[in-house]
Amino acid sequence: MGFPHVYDYVAGKKSWGSYGLPREGTKVPERTAGDAAHRDVPTCTLDERLADVRERVRAAEWDTCIVINDQRVVLGRLGRKALAPDTDESIAEAMSPGPSTVRPSIGTDALLERIRSRNLTSYLVTTPDGRLVGLVFRNELE
Amino acid sequence: MPVAVDRDAVQRLLAEEAAQLVEVLPAKEFGEEHLAGAINIPLKQLDERAQGELDRERPVIVYCNDYQ
Repeated sequence: MGFPHVYDYVAGKKSWGSYGLPREGTKVPERTAGDAAHRDVPTCTLDERLADVRERVRAAEWDTCIVINDQRVVLGRLGRKALAPDTDESIAEAMSPGPSTVRPSIGTDALLERIRSRNLTSYLVTTPDGRLVGLVFRNELE
Repeated sequence: MPVAVDRDAVQRLLAEEAAQLVEVLPAKEFGEEHLAGAINIPLKQLDERAQGELDRERPVIVYCNDYQ
């Protein structure tokens, strides 16, 4: 090319899209999981006390909490059952580990199909390296 | 020889140095999906078209589908 500053983004556009970064084109979904995800879903880490997390989640008027590590990689999920009773369990014991996730780039139509087929009410959105983006609710897609 | 960069570097170059994004795939693929703000110069045409369509003073970031 003969240009002084040329770079090669070797991971390419598939990777770019899978991280929910801006794309254009005829096949780019109008609305994606990344667009629909609630990014303020409560989170906690394994070293926290379940009772403290329970209180914090209730105060925020949520009924779920995502367990992450210090890199925001998703480790598990605390649902209503885990958050409801007063128990002495640790976060690790109470959580459902390794929840299913989708990439931010998936279109909301395709995501809704997946949610319906699995009879779920919500779905976690993460980057390809497992970092939390947010939570999508079925009732907001229907 | 282009310098390999990652996603974070691409975003920094775009935000701070007004980098030019160039997708080197065929036009049909470009039309279906490309990075926002990118232009399309298929690889075989790059040497011929770069001088007339790109600014030498700004960084150029080329890309295609994935690791190829």
